Amino acid sequence: MSTTTTNIAARLESVIGAARVNGRSESCAKFAVDDVVPSAIARPTSSAEVVEIVRFAKSEKLALIPCGRRTKLGIGMPPARYDIALDMTGLNQIAYYDPGDLTLSVDAGMNLSELGDALAQQKQFIPLAIPFFDECTVGGTIASNIGSSLRTGYGSARDLLLGAEFVNGAGTFTKSGGRVVKNVTGYDLHKLLIGSLGTLGAITRLNFRTFPLPEGYGHLVSTFSSVDSIVGFQAMVSKSPLTPSSFDILGPEAAQTVAEFKDNRDSALPSWFMSGEWHVCVGFEGAETILRRYSSELVQYAQKCGASNYHLLEESDDKALGGALRELVNLLSWSGPAATIFKINTLPGFTPDVPALSALAVRFSIPFYIFANSSGPLYFALQPNDLNDKTISALAQIASGVFEYAAAHNGSASILFGPTPLKRVVNIWGPARNDAALMRRVKNAFDPENVFAPGRFVAGI
Amino acid sequence: MLADGAAQKTLPRDVIRGLQNILGASMVLHRPEDLLLYEYDGSVEKGRPGAVVFPTTTQDVARVMRLAAQDDIPIIGRGAGTGLSGGALARTGGIMIVFARMNRILELDLENQRAVVQPGVVNYELTRAVEHAGLYFAPDPSSWKSCTIGGNVSENAGGPHTLAYGVTSNHVTALELVSPDGEICRVGSRHGDSVGYDLAGLFVGSEGTLALVTEITVKLLRKPESVKTLLAIFDRVDDASETVAEITARAIIPAACEMLDGWTLRAVEDFIHAGFPMDSAAVLLIELEGLAEVAAAQAAAVEEVCGEHHAREVRVARDEQERELLWKGRKNAFGALGRIAPSNYVLDGVIPRSKIPQALRRIQEIGERYNFKIGNIFHAGDGNLHPIVLFDPRDEGQYQRAIEASAEIIRYCVEIGGALTGEHGVGMEKSELMPLLFSDDDFELMRRIHDAFNPRSALNPGKIFPLNKGCGEITPRAQAAVRAVPL
Repeated sequence: MSTTTTNIAARLESVIGAARVNGRSESCAKFAVDDVVPSAIARPTSSAEVVEIVRFAKSEKLALIPCGRRTKLGIGMPPARYDIALDMTGLNQIAYYDPGDLTLSVDAGMNLSELGDALAQQKQFIPLAIPFFDECTVGGTIASNIGSSLRTGYGSARDLLLGAEFVNGAGTFTKSGGRVVKNVTGYDLHKLLIGSLGTLGAITRLNFRTFPLPEGYGHLVSTFSSVDSIVGFQAMVSKSPLTPSSFDILGPEAAQTVAEFKDNRDSALPSWFMSGEWHVCVGFEGAETILRRYSSELVQYAQKCGASNYHLLEESDDKALGGALRELVNLLSWSGPAATIFKINTLPGFTPDVPALSALAVRFSIPFYIFANSSGPLYFALQPNDLNDKTISALAQIASGVFEYAAAHNGSASILFGPTPLKRVVNIWGPARNDAALMRRVKNAFDPENVFAPGRFVAGI
Repeated sequence: MLADGAAQKTLPRDVIRGLQNILGASMVLHRPEDLLLYEYDGSVEKGRPGAVVFPTTTQDVARVMRLAAQDDIPIIGRGAGTGLSGGALARTGGIMIVFARMNRILELDLENQRAVVQPGVVNYELTRAVEHAGLYFAPDPSSWKSCTIGGNVSENAGGPHTLAYGVTSNHVTALELVSPDGEICRVGSRHGDSVGYDLAGLFVGSEGTLALVTEITVKLLRKPESVKTLLAIFDRVDDASETVAEITARAIIPAACEMLDGWTLRAVEDFIHAGFPMDSAAVLLIELEGLAEVAAAQAAAVEEVCGEHHAREVRVARDEQERELLWKGRKNAFGALGRIAPSNYVLDGVIPRSKIPQALRRIQEIGERYNFKIGNIFHAGDGNLHPIVLFDPRDEGQYQRAIEASAEIIRYCVEIGGALTGEHGVGMEKSELMPLLFSDDDFELMRRIHDAFNPRSALNPGKIFPLNKGCGEITPRAQAAVRAVPL
């Protein structure tokens, strides 16, 4: 242990007590972000302790990265500085839950699946079906703004979040929004926290609207040999009265990964899987009569649009597929030493031009995966066999191609997950943005001394 | 109520000439008689601008901003002036930019369900322009036939159907902005997701205090297959409010769930003839939407809840005409009340829906204590109360008591876990109540955000922040005289 390490941990202990601080190097290594290891881990159990820690970091000019279960700490640029890991898992209670009002206030460090279990007792849920679901925290879900496969039906985090409490970079405890479902009192600062990767403050508590658990679920998986047919199918569904809860489009390789997902299933590949085909998985919910209507109409649409095959899933298969779709980003982010996932935001998200992306990977003979959510981003994942200079150079060239693709489609792209050496040569956030100056002003207002996660975000924030 | 001496001041001649050079003489109003109309909005507040200008392009707006910046003249953006919180009033004088002539729909991308509009486009006009394709713009404030989308964005407006579909911010994906220095910038994206902080989310609802919005990209929704509109009639207010709480508790999410108390509905019925029963204590106007099967099942469930809570009768609108008539009654209710009292003060508190019954009882008790008739016509489904305090503004004592009674209601909303405003905005009307919800530290962060974009307080000064926790050099002096808008 270096002197600095001892010093930081020891000084932190004097602020919040030894029980809340861990300076052991083997522990700190587990909190590394892009190979940068912090000198201490602070695990507060109240917002008042978070305030103390932030004030300490500010006065000592140290850098903090707030984290939950660290499942998505790989998102972002390597930190410019990183002294203390602010482990928020000590704040992990439901603070307030009014099932009759369909509203909830929960500590940021609470596990998302535990929260799901508590809500299920009241036959309710928060429609955030996100990767790393079983391990991750509520705070990390919001701070990373990682995509949910239920977005088609329920919207994204910004449609579900009612308010937040957080400690900003000045070391003060602040709040925004409230616990009611409709509220325009004051600036909507909590919206800025969504996807901010801990650069604006440490989220201590979040308020959500909750939803009734559906009576039943259904899933149609249809397969297509052409991308044009999928575009047609998507348009037909979107112009119909149907409002599916999810609409996932999987390239042949992504479909195979989902099919091979072993959770809840024996070793055989599911019957819906057709090797080499594009798959479209449409999820829907409701009472029996409603499920029947979805089933029959979706099948008609798929047939009209030239689906080569279709399967309506039984309940157990439906659950397995839902889990696999939710975890696809998780699976691919761990799929190899240089696994890289691009997130591409364009409208329409899925166009006949999508195969242009595959050409980028084919050129370097790197295995790739394409998948999209009808109302969310398009994902382009690469799985090089090795991590070496040649791979990094290839990934960097592919990144330029992806950023150009997004720009040509009036959108934006970023690298969601990628190997650290790639981040040393490519800005994962893509080319410079014209709103960068405005973003810096937001950062300065929240965190004037740059205490929180410096260097990890857009525009060098 | 507050106003400022500066509000009475005319702008220097060279400023007026400068504005005329930029926009043409006919696009600049500066004579006191022309400005009178612009000292009001839909609230009870008042504040006269030194000039009113009508730009037609973003560049015009930027040039006016730069001109104003040279002399530190305040700038106030305004749509149709239908706002209910004094948001579009010139509290400290200055130049009012009215977006009436920036009223073009710039692009309709029906495939992707997006529209790009100028801020002066009237809310309802957008829906009219896309309904042939089965689409509509979801936020629908009562003023939807006159209010502008720019104003909706500034105030983050709501409406009856936001219960199911969310308020304005849920439907805005990108904005073009002009900063107080006249710089033009774009935030957000047509998709909705973009790289970096959700700046569009910050600017929507910032009440014109951070930048002026000159172009808006919005989502368009697809019209539902089936709509069922129910009118549930009750002999006791408690039964109606408990029905609302129970509908929410059973997790039925109607597209709209509106409540009118008996006294209010009689005033409305006299005027609109919507078919509301004159002898009832309260009615609920409930709309269920979606697939035919979904709407039918939910309508049946709602009818059951109404029955369990002693509804005297549940009527179902038989056709679009009947539905429109019921909604006409609801949307014109505030106008109808103008027939009863010279002025009214509309509150906008929000509470948890499980607490509607107790809140309505408290409101009645407060009304009795202050000796006011307080009507209730509101978005029950999302707990957004609109108690309406009727008073005569010519009686200064009455006005003061109306304000006190209103403050007590709002304090109660906050006490039971609610907020000051659900959709009307803070403006200059509720700014002094903000400390009920926010601490000094909260204000400090909001002030830093304000100053990050509007450091000289040039944009819409005297709004949102309480005067003693305000920004920069806004110090409007308290005004003794009480003025209110006669209806």
